[in-house]
Amino acid sequence: MKFHKRLLRAEPSFRLLSKLWRISWLYVLLICTLAGVGYVTLYSAGGGTPYPFAAPQAARFAVGLVLMITVAMLPPKMLVRISGPLYVLSIILLVAVLRMGHVGKGAERWLMIGGLQIQPSEYAKVALVLVLASWFNRISYARMGNPLWLIPPAFLVLLPVVLVLKEPNLGTAVIIGGIGASMFFAAGMRLWLIALLLLPVPYLAKFAYAHLHDYQRARITTFLNPESDPLGAGYNIIQSKIALGSGGMWGQGYLHGSQGQLNFLPEKQTDFIFTMIAEEWGYVGAVTVIGLLLLLILGGMLMAIRSRNRFGRLVALGISMNFFLYCLVNLSMVMGAIPVGGVPLPLVSYGGSAMLNVMLGFGLLLSTWVHRDSRFGESDNQDTP
Amino acid sequence: MRLRRRRRESNRLMPIKNQKDPGRGVFTRRALLFMAVQMGALGELAHKLYQLQIKDGDRYARMAASNRVSKRYLAPPRGRIVDRYGVALANNKENWRALLMPEETTDVTGTIERFSTIIPLDERDRTRIAREMRHQRRFIPVMLRDFLSWEEMARIELNAPSLPGVLIDVGTRRVYPEGELLAHLIGYVAPPNERDVARSALLALPGMRVGRAGVEQSQDEKLRGTAGSVEMEVNSVGRVMSELNRVEGVPGAEIGLTIDRGLQQKVLSRIGEQTASAVVMDCRNGEVLAMVSTPSFDPSLFDSGVSHAQWIEWTNNERTPLINKAVAGVYPPGSTFKPAVAMAGLQSGLFSPTDRVFCPGHLDVGGTRFHCWSRWGHGSVDLHQALKYSCDVYFYEMARRVGMDRIAETAHQFGLGTALDIELPHTRTGLIPTPTWRQSHHHHWNGGDTIVSGIGQGFVQVTPLQLATYTSRLATGRAVQPHLVRAMNGDIGPEATPEHWPDLGMPEKYLSALRGGMFAVVNEQHGTAPKARLSLPGITMAGKTGSAQVRRVSRALRESGHFNSANLPWEYRPHALFICFAPYDAPRYAVSVVIEHGNTGADAAAPLARDIMTDTLLRDPVNHLTPPPESVADAAAPEAETPAPDAPPADTPE
Repeated sequence: MKFHKRLLRAEPSFRLLSKLWRISWLYVLLICTLAGVGYVTLYSAGGGTPYPFAAPQAARFAVGLVLMITVAMLPPKMLVRISGPLYVLSIILLVAVLRMGHVGKGAERWLMIGGLQIQPSEYAKVALVLVLASWFNRISYARMGNPLWLIPPAFLVLLPVVLVLKEPNLGTAVIIGGIGASMFFAAGMRLWLIALLLLPVPYLAKFAYAHLHDYQRARITTFLNPESDPLGAGYNIIQSKIALGSGGMWGQGYLHGSQGQLNFLPEKQTDFIFTMIAEEWGYVGAVTVIGLLLLLILGGMLMAIRSRNRFGRLVALGISMNFFLYCLVNLSMVMGAIPVGGVPLPLVSYGGSAMLNVMLGFGLLLSTWVHRDSRFGESDNQDTP
Repeated sequence: MRLRRRRRESNRLMPIKNQKDPGRGVFTRRALLFMAVQMGALGELAHKLYQLQIKDGDRYARMAASNRVSKRYLAPPRGRIVDRYGVALANNKENWRALLMPEETTDVTGTIERFSTIIPLDERDRTRIAREMRHQRRFIPVMLRDFLSWEEMARIELNAPSLPGVLIDVGTRRVYPEGELLAHLIGYVAPPNERDVARSALLALPGMRVGRAGVEQSQDEKLRGTAGSVEMEVNSVGRVMSELNRVEGVPGAEIGLTIDRGLQQKVLSRIGEQTASAVVMDCRNGEVLAMVSTPSFDPSLFDSGVSHAQWIEWTNNERTPLINKAVAGVYPPGSTFKPAVAMAGLQSGLFSPTDRVFCPGHLDVGGTRFHCWSRWGHGSVDLHQALKYSCDVYFYEMARRVGMDRIAETAHQFGLGTALDIELPHTRTGLIPTPTWRQSHHHHWNGGDTIVSGIGQGFVQVTPLQLATYTSRLATGRAVQPHLVRAMNGDIGPEATPEHWPDLGMPEKYLSALRGGMFAVVNEQHGTAPKARLSLPGITMAGKTGSAQVRRVSRALRESGHFNSANLPWEYRPHALFICFAPYDAPRYAVSVVIEHGNTGADAAAPLARDIMTDTLLRDPVNHLTPPPESVADAAAPEAETPAPDAPPADTPE
């Protein structure tokens, strides 16, 4: 009766099988579903053919799936061990991209390494989640009362934020900052400290606006009044809104979205892919996709809550927040609710670097789930200040 | 046991209060807060999406449709212009052009530079290209060069890889196979200007042309046709993806003229190098068979744009090549006016054809002496003789007694000094002066003004076409109107007969008296124009000479006895005029000739008119459905004693 369990414990290789068994395959199915939506939409964006978008994207997803399962097998101890070097590597890449990166469309920067496009800011997010989780893993909730413990991790957050801002990629910098802040908060940062820090924010915002790049300010002004420059900076937002509106309740039909098929939609395969979905599948299809995204986010959050070790909780939360912020920025952008910034819709948008990073993140998330019951690191109840 | 505890614990998913692990409790609470925020945020986005897609959906759907459908107009081909036998006088020809699609090249100026090394672009091309580049959107092509030859096209195709965005396209250009022969009549076309485009959006289409002179202008609307349209689905850069709906346009109508191209050619060669104008008319139905004005110009130069130097040359030329002298040149009619004066005199009842006037060579009125052209006078002359000798004193006297108002009224009836219903723009009406007209310009009308008007001098001004019309009306007694357009799309309307035109109300006996006088001018001994006698058997012609002074001849010069206008510089010599109709007994053709500074009507204009009339009678265009073979027409030289064998007797109308 317990044969299989005995079998599983007998050998290390069977332990691997046991770990695989513990992966939340429901969650993996959810990921595959969303990637499937991406494939179908990219097929349409390619004009009803698998090339140039859908087929390469499917190949990348397959690679990403293997990567995810592999990462899911890594024990938290190893993750903590590699978090420091990973973080340092990501910072080096961020500096490298500032020095010798390729610039695309005024903002996104990438490095070409061995024929691969690498966006260091994407890796920096994952590395930051790991390194923060490792740090807070050693700082119990009680020690969080002392603000001094928060100064080193604050620098860990600020360093990539500043580097990404210098790229300059405002959208990603905001996401990195958001991830960091959410992890600080979840780790148990005291409320009085938060209140103290939020006090000067309005002044900082004013200062930041004064130091924004012209194109970034243009995005803010056109966002406030997109019709002011219909063929220039406001073009993307207006065309996107037209596409959304022409979708209606049930959509114009798959492969029949006029805005997308006729190339009125800018970057329909990347940043504006959600617009294509909404145009072809209507409100029903769009809300379904939003629902799928929400399920993935909430699933990740539940995994975080369920984890019995502080490291796992924080990694799961950071990864989920990353995914959430990604979706939030992208969706708000295509609906014209926030200024346009080069942030793709995770899993769905075309792009190799983003896909692999998202899958890497899900791998970490699943790793925390697989190792949810391992007692590891500074357990709060054993903590002595 | 331990295993079971772990399982129970692990099933407690949300340990909100956990005294043993306060950090986990805080984490869980705060994570739940995040989840709430996440649900709220995505819910808010779903709500926003609802507003965009459902509530404002219609508005955006409309914007989507206007984004996507582009209506374009199809330029209709311009109608041809043909002569009475269907010979093309204005035609459309393929025009190969090199266009540049600015959006398809990354380096516009570089591409243009490379293009100019292959096909030279002059300064005018460059400024035009620069102007179009500024005004047009990137997906609308800019014309680099048109009228490309095969060789130039081959060179462009060969260098295509280094010319991204350059494409070759075919449009049409207007060609005038007869060139200068019919330039004034056909006119020319030019690209529309902004005012034209404001009137008709059709003209904004590339390749559309507007008639700027001649029949091209007067029949512009018919020749233009109506535009078709095509609704196309376009993408964001304006490239056509598919055709949705197509409405074919109507090509412009083919206009058939009354002109006989062959006759026109003959008349032109008869005139030769002289600065002159000649009109040949069917005096029964008003069809203009030939209308020549020399010198002429090359109308095809206008399609591509006339150079400044060429324009200056034309406008400064004293022989006014751009002006169609047949309708826009005004000349004192001189003695050709005398039949009109005579008709006014006869109709007034003050004169009868047999009344005589003594001509001593001059007439003294109120202290002013008016000379007859003959120093020695003509003695006692009646109407017949007065016309035959062209006695000035007779008509001085007649004008003095009849008065200017009656003369003007009759002249207007004959079509002189009136706007004729010809299908040509830029015509002039000329002038038959009256005391009222003179006073309206705050001048006094002198008796002398009436007297010089009696011989078609002074303020009297008419056009050669008016003279031909006048001759036709003299010959038929009906208010014949000249016209140029005979057919539309090959459909000839009901042909006008003399009965079509209203009767002038002039008694036939008076008209025949005038015709008899004009017959005498040509055919009787001592007539002024024996040189106009036809050498065709059985056909005679009636006519009237005219020599119109352009400068007053002083008394001293005249009395010196050495006056000879042939010795004057060209621009001071009198104009030579002749009007005639034939056959005399059954008038069919009317001809008017004006030779600028040709000196005398009898010596210069009369022989020319005779030759033109001979050509006309030999070709006899009104009785032929096809033009005579060129060889026959050429063989039938004016000196030939017999007409061409296939020409039926010209005096059998219809």
